[in-house]
Amino acid sequence: MKVLTPRDERDALRLYRRNPDAFPLAGGTDLMVLWNAGLLNKKTILDLSGLRDWSRIRETPKGVWIGALATHAEIRTHPAIRERFPLLVDSCRTVGGRQIQNRGTLGGNIANASPAGDTFPALAVYAALVHTVSDNDRRVMPIDEIFAGVKKTHLKAGELIEGVELQTPPNPPSRWRFRKVGTRAAQAISKTVFAGQLWLGKDKVVDDVKLALGSVAPTVKRLRHVETHLTGRALDGKTIESALRLLPGDIHPIDDIRSTREYRLQVSRNLIRSFLMGR
Amino acid sequence: MPAVGQDKLRKEGPKKLTGAALYVDDIPVKGAWHGVTVRSTVPHARIKDIRFLKGFPWKQAVVVTAADIPGINCVRLIEDDQPLLADAITRHVHEPVALIAHPDRSAAYESLKFVEIEYEALPAALTIEESLRKKAILRGSDNVFKQFRIKKGDAAKAMKKAWKTVDTVFRVPHQEQAYIEPQGMVSWFEKDGTLVLLGSLQCPYYIVKAMQPIFGLPEEKIRVVQAVTGGGFGGKEEYPNMIAGHAALLARKAKRPIKMIYDRHEDMAVTTKRHPAVVRHRAGIDRKGKLVALDIDVVMDAGAYLTLSPVVLSRGVLHASGPYTCADVDIRARCVATNTPPNGAYRGFGAPQTLFAAELQWENLSEASKIDSLTLRERNLVKIGSELSTGQILKESVGLKKCLEVVVKRSAYAKRRKEHALWNKKKTAPTWRGIGLAAVHHGSGFTGNGEVFLKSRASLSLTKRGRFRIEAAASEIGQGSMSTLSQIVADALGVPYEWIDLEVNDTRRVPDSGPTVASRTCMVVGGLLHAAARDLKAAILAKTKKFPKTETELQAAAKALAAKGPLRFTRRFEKNTDIEFDDKTYRGDAYGSYGYAALAVDLEVDRTTYEVSVKKVWTAQDIGKAINPKIVEGQIMGGTLQALGWALLEKPVYKNGAMINNQLTNYIIPTAMDAPAMDVVLVEEPYSRGPFGAKGVGEMPMDIPAPAVCAAIRQATGLLFPEIPVTPESIAEALRRKK
Repeated sequence: MKVLTPRDERDALRLYRRNPDAFPLAGGTDLMVLWNAGLLNKKTILDLSGLRDWSRIRETPKGVWIGALATHAEIRTHPAIRERFPLLVDSCRTVGGRQIQNRGTLGGNIANASPAGDTFPALAVYAALVHTVSDNDRRVMPIDEIFAGVKKTHLKAGELIEGVELQTPPNPPSRWRFRKVGTRAAQAISKTVFAGQLWLGKDKVVDDVKLALGSVAPTVKRLRHVETHLTGRALDGKTIESALRLLPGDIHPIDDIRSTREYRLQVSRNLIRSFLMGR
Repeated sequence: MPAVGQDKLRKEGPKKLTGAALYVDDIPVKGAWHGVTVRSTVPHARIKDIRFLKGFPWKQAVVVTAADIPGINCVRLIEDDQPLLADAITRHVHEPVALIAHPDRSAAYESLKFVEIEYEALPAALTIEESLRKKAILRGSDNVFKQFRIKKGDAAKAMKKAWKTVDTVFRVPHQEQAYIEPQGMVSWFEKDGTLVLLGSLQCPYYIVKAMQPIFGLPEEKIRVVQAVTGGGFGGKEEYPNMIAGHAALLARKAKRPIKMIYDRHEDMAVTTKRHPAVVRHRAGIDRKGKLVALDIDVVMDAGAYLTLSPVVLSRGVLHASGPYTCADVDIRARCVATNTPPNGAYRGFGAPQTLFAAELQWENLSEASKIDSLTLRERNLVKIGSELSTGQILKESVGLKKCLEVVVKRSAYAKRRKEHALWNKKKTAPTWRGIGLAAVHHGSGFTGNGEVFLKSRASLSLTKRGRFRIEAAASEIGQGSMSTLSQIVADALGVPYEWIDLEVNDTRRVPDSGPTVASRTCMVVGGLLHAAARDLKAAILAKTKKFPKTETELQAAAKALAAKGPLRFTRRFEKNTDIEFDDKTYRGDAYGSYGYAALAVDLEVDRTTYEVSVKKVWTAQDIGKAINPKIVEGQIMGGTLQALGWALLEKPVYKNGAMINNQLTNYIIPTAMDAPAMDVVLVEEPYSRGPFGAKGVGEMPMDIPAPAVCAAIRQATGLLFPEIPVTPESIAEALRRKK
């Protein structure tokens, strides 16, 4: 195994351009699994630990900037994030266990592109913007557009995730909820994972709603059909049920080693229903 | 100050805590090569050819196939039916076919990609049902490895006369032991031809016995040493025989030490698991709630070879009627061959399978009779003088009633049941709640005449340097045997716990005190050491008049007493003449003593996600005497959590005869975060033949939680699941069907 250890960002991007097959090492919590299984034998590793600036979290005029190398533990304890982005805090709390949260980074988590990424639904309802950088380019992509499929992203050769930008919404939502459904209380891979924000106006009319689910499609899904149906309507049982009927158009759960299509669909529906009903 | 009954610090604790303890993979072995295993990929086939392909530098490696075995190609256990390396036929996926050793570990693994096996497929029986249908014949004419029958009175007639009867088919799955340290073994040959095996294991003398036919070596030319072992739970009872044989074959051919260490994926895929079982359980009660008839049919899936299955089945049969009296009983049991990796020992050893049915059936009887299941249990549970299904009369040490009373009281069972019933009626409640009970017994030590046949020996020595040394093949596997045995010896001698050492578990240095299994170490080996300690104490007293009070006095005495070598006393297991068991008819005293336990589980089912959250467990367990209460409580809590995993989380997924979720990310065992609060009460009804009254403790905690969980889920959801694990998926599906 060859390990490249760049000193700074420029060095890293240059090395990555020259070694586009290198495997970037951020927190290493996913990389360790592959390494242990022998899948990284004879591969090149690009160790990003020298890029100290990339682990910073800072407030910006519009919201918060989270460096790609910020850990889940740093994110969930950051005062500004705790105040304005509680769904991200809740989701970081469910990632793996404490040890994983201490090592695992948000950038690494996104680049790993697991369909079951626990933070992705939270990032999706916050319409997080992922900033990428390469030797000769910078790009910005909405979180739900960076994923190309299971364990696949639209990152180009030599391109790294630099950070994630979250913009504070103009009004705080009337209610919000994050819920991960795993099989056990820690170290669980989710079967379905939900995040939602709801803005209610006069007479319980839905001013705006943002819903997302993970683990029920190859990538995280904003529930656009459900959201559109709800927006502008008075939030009552009938509206909720008719919106829920549109759910199969937004997600594509499957049977796999961890759960069943039927269960994922039913529980996703239950989660949305109980959130919308405020239970 | 006596040591027994005290929470003495663990003898091996400091080394484990500081990382000084060396597990097998940590031990540096000079010049060792790494061994890996070529395994079959099909459940049943004729092996036409094994090809070692171009592309790998085979000259650097050593390869072993069945043709290299100098003696008999077998993994000797009860029978010799299991080959060490599959020769003409492979009978399950992952069966070892060849072995490769290479100086570099990753190169050794890499070589596996360059081996090709050509098969001619044979029909395969992958499940109990397929085996019974004879989809493939693996054993005799009907695939039955072994069958037992326990018959008392006339169950058919009694069933007809019963007031209410129930008839239910219960199913339990495989379970992985998931010890923290995967299996591993190091092997080499000494200059004088002695074969040495050093590894993670429970039963060193099993390996001595297993190596003899393979290499044609006499017992004294085989030396087995236990490395510090990271858990066993039965998983390291018989499987180490296999790895030992493999490592030794490679060591013989490579003429150098071989290290074979399984990684987690290999370990989970290929090693033994708990036997899946189907139990058809019919029971009848009279108007008073008295159990009047039991008719039980047990089938266990043994896997492709016999291994320990008859003994597992035997314990299952002997526990099938639960800790209750019933005049008319008919129990039939079989273990059958399937084209899957052999199943084997796992904490509980057949009893959790049949006790699951026996205990959960009370819920159905309760439903049928409208008498609550606690009352039904109270009316039938065993006490002194009761007769079990084999005709055994319980003469002493029966704390079941006390256990049940303690649990019912401490859990406020009746009150909670009422409160939960009200809560569950609320339409807007986020959860359903339930509390469930179970009661079990567990025979301590080997079944029937097992201990008599074993003739275990254990020694206690006074060394020249003035230390007392325990010499026994009892393996410390995390269960606390080192401390427990030391406490027994300390008090038998009347000396401080700190004066006691333990000899390394090395067959050259310790006698065969039997395998570390069957909840027997404390009771049986502890009993032998207790007797040896009395002998040694008498001998010291005879020479010194006054027993040494200080270490200095002891050292002075030892100089004289142990001048020509350790002053050693050895005790051998002697038949208890009060106990008679007939292995042919299965009549008589199946076990010298039984442990007893009761347990209540309080849980909630989330109405949105159908996830089950266990809130609290109360348990009381009669173990005769807690030699070290902290160790006993730890055993009970650990075993309880393991059983909660079996009941709720652990779902082995098999495809084409192989486990495909052979990783801990997808085979879900509970974490510390999943452990509920546990209220553990130790009940001590002493057993006259156990050291200080001690009986077995290790396995009972595994027997009892699953049926209590299902009873609690019954109260919460109204659904009785006769099959575990009860996953959120199965609850969701059952609720959908009910609608």
